Order: sequence, then structure tokens, then C-alpha cells
Amino acid sequence: MSHATLASACAAVLRRDLTLAWRRRGDITMPVLYALIVVTLFPFALGPEDALLQRIAGGVVLLTMLLAMLLALDAMFRSDIEDGSLEQLMLSPQPLALMLGMKILAHWITTALPLIVVAPLLAGMLHLPAPVMPVLVYALLLATPLLSLLGAVLVALTAGSRRSGMLLALMLLPLCVPVVIFAAGAVAAAQQGLPWLAPIAWLGAALVMALVLAPLACAAALRIALDS
Amino acid sequence: MTPFSWDHFIAMGGYAAYVWPSFALFFIVLIADYLSPGFRRRRQLRELRGRMARQAARQQRNPSVP
Amino acid sequence: MANWIPLWVHKLSSPPNFYRFAGVLRPWALGLALVLGAIALYGGLVLAPADYQQGDAYRIIFIHVPSAWMSLFIYGVMAVAAFISLVWRIKLAEVVAMESAPIGAAFTFITLVTGSLWGKPMWGTWWTWDARLTSELVLLFLYLGVIGLYHSFEDRRQGARAAAFLAIIGIINVPIVHFSVNWWNTLHQGSTVRILGPSKMSSDMLWPLLTMMFATKFYYIASLFGRVRTDLLSLESGKDWVRQIAEAQGGASAAGAGRARAAEKESQR
Repeated sequence: MSHATLASACAAVLRRDLTLAWRRRGDITMPVLYALIVVTLFPFALGPEDALLQRIAGGVVLLTMLLAMLLALDAMFRSDIEDGSLEQLMLSPQPLALMLGMKILAHWITTALPLIVVAPLLAGMLHLPAPVMPVLVYALLLATPLLSLLGAVLVALTAGSRRSGMLLALMLLPLCVPVVIFAAGAVAAAQQGLPWLAPIAWLGAALVMALVLAPLACAAALRIALDS
Repeated sequence: MTPFSWDHFIAMGGYAAYVWPSFALFFIVLIADYLSPGFRRRRQLRELRGRMARQAARQQRNPSVP
Repeated sequence: MANWIPLWVHKLSSPPNFYRFAGVLRPWALGLALVLGAIALYGGLVLAPADYQQGDAYRIIFIHVPSAWMSLFIYGVMAVAAFISLVWRIKLAEVVAMESAPIGAAFTFITLVTGSLWGKPMWGTWWTWDARLTSELVLLFLYLGVIGLYHSFEDRRQGARAAAFLAIIGIINVPIVHFSVNWWNTLHQGSTVRILGPSKMSSDMLWPLLTMMFATKFYYIASLFGRVRTDLLSLESGKDWVRQIAEAQGGASAAGAGRARAAEKESQR
């Protein structure tokens, strides 16, 4: 197996997934719309005072992103399992972990990236101070791939099961607690004028670890769940 | 040390409303946990016996089919 | 040299052998748990003096802390069994891992509720976002996730292997959660409550606590063995040894036969 073929296989998987997502552009906008709706509802529930909204803005935006990603997570491998292309991928000579990594990347580009693009807008609706905005974006840039990677492992585990929607949320909760804590912690620290680099650095460290381990774990999980 | 009295024991220094429910919960949960496999086991064995009886009856009707 | 140890383990891990072994050991474990539990309760509720700060409310410690220890201990056992089941594909290890989860969840639940019942008179609140409480709650979700994943599969062995994988991910996650929650707690000061007031415990409080810990350990063995025996019966229901057990327990009495016929009708419907 030479390098060229491995790289081209990765590119092929990525291109295929992105093309499929592009053919169904409507689905890409759904999480964004969902996040917009949730954030719009918060002022109605809590009242429109600037001070209150400012205080909760970072946390609300983060949790909205998390929930929007959770909604999209369920579909990560579903169509590939249904049409059998995932089994083809498992049988292919290229390392499965790498191919799954490409699929996760494609999924992150199509669901999380649009969310990150609208995040400043959502945070602005809740009057998050402008100087905090870059920290929120950094935190999201590190936290969303982490969630995609962790979620992919869990989605792979539920691949062979009957129902998964609620179960996925239950399984993801313990895993995403540290992510939420550090991402929201960074935003909160920045808002209070405290140094925010430490939580961002922790998120980065976790992301690096997940980048290495999660695709491998995802491949192992998929082999367990689809082995029958 | 003061002599043991039931009233004093039950009262738990005024914290009876917190202490006794905790102990009750502890025992109820553990007893339920301990007994649950027994019921499951009895049902499984009953179903298995039913299956075996059906099999035996079928074999009596036409012995050629295993 | 010690060739008989792997041989013995190998023999024991065959389902019929373990079924018999667990059946013999289970009453003894339960008996020990009951005796030790009774001694510990007598020591804790009657002999130990009231705490000078907390009065008699501290006596909840004698079930709260052993339950908390068990909730972590059982998770450890579950993860080890899960690892063994994934690496060596031993059916018994799968069953042990999956049947540990409900017991661990039960202990975690007890820990949370008794902690809450203890917190109300001591801190004046049922719940506070303390690092330990929050970690324990996350642990409960981990257990529920494992149980839920196990039951969501059509094929039970496949479900057991997927849930075993989740249990292993979980045990990597537990220290991370604990660390992050600690960090989070120092960021949001204000709700820092010390759970155990005095860190030094007098010996007449300590020995009931330790005795109770052993009692819960033996209880776990008894409960686990009961569950594993039941699970082995259903996993191996086609095998001869299970049929023999079914016949031995039901064929003897006419009532048993009647029940069997009723069950047959039931399952035909």
C-alpha cells in the first residue's frame, strides 16, 4: 500500500461524504435553524434584561451547539449502514480508523462548521460582550470536533441496535461533561476578565488525544456492533 | 453511657425523619435487587419446560421428524 | 509450575461449573453479608456515640459511605470483566460485567438519595453542586448508559460486547470527569461544602463503617452470583445441563406440570 493510494482513498471518502451532504443541502441548515430557534426562546423564558442575558449568553450558546450536534449525530453513519457502504469500507484494505476519521471530519464540516459560523450572531443576540466573542469561537473550534469524535464512537456502538436517539444522549452526557465545563469555563473566565488560556489549553489537549484515539475506538466499536 | 431506651433510639436525636428513610431505602433497594433475578429465573425455567413439553409432544405425534 | 491455576480458572469459567459453584457460594455470601451487616448496624446505630457536631444525623454515614465505595468498586469490577470479555471473549466475563451494572446502579442511587437525606439537615439543602455529588450523578448516568446499550440490542451477546466497550470508555472518563468537576468547582466558588466534617474519625465510628463495607462486598457477591446464574440459564437454554435443571425443578410436582402447560399456552399466543 503506497502513500498515494492511502491519501487518495482518504480524499475519496471525504469528497463522497461532502458531495452527499451537498446534494441534501436542506439537512445542513436544520441544526443551524434549530440553534436559532432555541436561542430565540431563551429571552422569552427568562426576560429581556441585558445583564441576565449577558451572564448566561456563553453557556446558552454552547449548550445549544451541543444539542444541535446531538440531533445531527444520530444520522452520522445511518445512511451508510442502510445502503451497505459502511460494510464495504470495513472490508476495504485501507485502515478503517483513518477512513472513519475522514467521515467524522466530513460530518464536522457539514454540521458543526455552520453552527460555529452563526455562533457569534447567536451570542450577539444575547448581548455577549464583543471582546469575549473570539474566546467563544476558540472554545467552539476546539469543543465541537471533540464532541464529533466522542459522539462518533457512541454512534458506532449503537450502530447495530434497534433504537438509539435517547440512548445516544444518555451515553454522551458523561462524556461531554468535561467538554462543557472547560468550554463554558473559558468563556466565563474571559467574561470576568480572568485568564482563559488554561481551559482552552485543556480542551486542546483533550482534542489532540481524541484525534488519535477516537477514530481507533470508533473502528473497534463499529466492528463490535456490526459483527453478527 | 446512658441506658438504652427505645424512644430515644427511634427519635435519633430529632433526625429520625432523615435517618430512618435512608436506612429503609437502603434495605428496600437491596432486597428488590436481590430478589429480582429469582423471578426472572423462575419465568425462564417455566418457559423452557413449556418448550420441552411441546417438543416432546411433537416427537410423539411424528417420531420420524427430529 | 502453577499449572493448575489457569486450569482451574478455565474449568470454573465454563457455564455449568460456574452455575454450580455460584449456587454453593451464594448462600454463604448472603449469610456473611447479613451477619456482618447486623453487627455493623448494631455498632453504628446503638453503640457509637452521637457526633458532637452533627448529632445523630451522621449515622447515615454507615450506609452512605459503604454504598459510595461500592458504586466505584463495582464499576471497577465491571470494567475489568468488560476488558476480559472483549479480549478473550469469555462468555462468563460478559455476564459478570453486564449483571454488575444494575447492582452498581442500585448502590449509586442509594448513595445519591441517602446523601441528599443527609444533606438536608446538615447543609439545609437536598442538593448542592459539590464536586463529589456531581461526579456520583455522572457515574449513575454511566451505569444507565451501559444498561441501556446492553438492552437495546436484539442479540444479547453482541449487546454485551458493545456495552462492555462503553464501560471501558467510561472508566477512562471517570477520573477526567472528577478532575474537571473539581476545576469547575474552584471556578464557581460559593457552594463548597465539606461532606465529612471532622476528618479524624473515632474508632467506635470507624469499625462499624468498615464492617459495613465488608457486608456490602459480600452482598455484592451474593447478588451478582444470583444474577449470573439466571443469566447463564437463559444464555444456555438450549444446552443439556439447563434442561436437566428445568426438569429437576418442575417435573417432580403436578403443579409444576400444570404451570408448564399454562406457560406453553401463554407462549403460543
